[in-house]
Amino acid sequence: MDSALIPDGVKRCSFGKFAIGIIIVGGVLLWGVYAMLLVWLKGLNQTNMNDYYGFALWIWADLGVIALGGGAFFTGLLRYIIGKNELKNIINCAVLIGFICYSSALLILAIDIGQPLRGWFIFWHANVHSMLTEVAFCLSCYFAVLTIEYIPLILENRQLNKVPFFHNLAHNMHEVMAIFAATGAFLSFFHQGSLGGVAGVLFGRPFAFREGIFIWPWTFFLFTWSAAAYGPCFTLFVTRLMEKISGKKLVKQNVIDLLAKISGWTMGTYLIAKIIDTWYWAATTAPSMGFNLIDFYSNNPFYGIWILIAEIVVCGVIPAAILLTPKGRSNPTLLFTAVSLACIGVLLNRWVMVVQVMAVPVMTFESWVMYIPSWQEVATTILPVAYGIILVMISFRYLPIFPQERELNP
Amino acid sequence: MFPFSFEWIWDVGHMVFMGGLWYALTIIGLGMTYCILKAVVDTMQGKGGYHH
Repeated sequence: MDSALIPDGVKRCSFGKFAIGIIIVGGVLLWGVYAMLLVWLKGLNQTNMNDYYGFALWIWADLGVIALGGGAFFTGLLRYIIGKNELKNIINCAVLIGFICYSSALLILAIDIGQPLRGWFIFWHANVHSMLTEVAFCLSCYFAVLTIEYIPLILENRQLNKVPFFHNLAHNMHEVMAIFAATGAFLSFFHQGSLGGVAGVLFGRPFAFREGIFIWPWTFFLFTWSAAAYGPCFTLFVTRLMEKISGKKLVKQNVIDLLAKISGWTMGTYLIAKIIDTWYWAATTAPSMGFNLIDFYSNNPFYGIWILIAEIVVCGVIPAAILLTPKGRSNPTLLFTAVSLACIGVLLNRWVMVVQVMAVPVMTFESWVMYIPSWQEVATTILPVAYGIILVMISFRYLPIFPQERELNP
Repeated sequence: MFPFSFEWIWDVGHMVFMGGLWYALTIIGLGMTYCILKAVVDTMQGKGGYHH
């Protein structure tokens, strides 16, 4: 039925099967849209946020998808600026994931701000002393860059590419893509960093506060570094998942191996910095503010020391060790385990730095309140996941996402 | 965002923040303008047949 739109030389499932998949995921999407409309029409009383949880599930999801989408800027930097040409075979997938992640982040923000009609105030009446203003600027501009990187892919659809203007436009955009990639890396460095900086400058919150250089706390650099390290893991995770679902090899092993190796080294160096930062904070910074390490992990039913060990060791050191060894990278099961753990690790880090930060009691009269998101919060957080799955399905079916697919599946 | 906004002040903060924003927007805008104009010229010259 739609065979004329499918890229040359590749096989896809029947249109009926594809449509059923879209309808199932579309149902979940509609559930999220319903919850989103409730929030917009009735307000933030639809959530379980309170004075202890001004940052809750949405902001965690926001920072989570931004970190996971970091694969786009880092892979783009490696491909276009550093010249790792092998990565041209996975860059389209990284761009697609980045586009989904950043559009999701903007959607979640549009739900979270409560008054979306005044969303433009952050640009027009910018508070230049706020790191979140910088985040808003860089996030929006970088989303524009990702859109520019995604457009040539759309224009390379078999039918669209027959139109000379579209063909020429896609060709010209590819030619100057290095400039857009460099701009994207510049923007990503600052917004990833500022998201970490927001936590690090909270001098009234000893759990988050860090020293640093000039106006930037160490968390600024750790967030950028972690996005560069863990983002490509999400690209590898999605690629592997698409291979499993489609039953096809989509990217050659040397490309996977290269990205996994770079990710492993970035993750390894990040973890050294993270461990030093945690050690210094636990031994010097927090005690100077009247707190011991264990104060942050006790007297509550959920946040134990396990969360620190899970983030740094189980979902940090272990996947980094796997990705750093040739045997680990060449074993598909180990590689998939490593990238899955890494994705959980960065999501755990963002939860700790966004949600736990706000919940840890600071004053003696405060209690450690727990938080369970409302169904509206859960539905609106699943909404971008459903949207992402649909866009991946459509893009994989109609666009040449994986240039090596035809060669690998004759 | 603009010097004619009522809260605008000519200080370092505004110049760095807004300078960064307009710098990025200029690169994006000029880059896309170049691509679109060149695509128009290329198309008018008959380039871009379906040969890939």
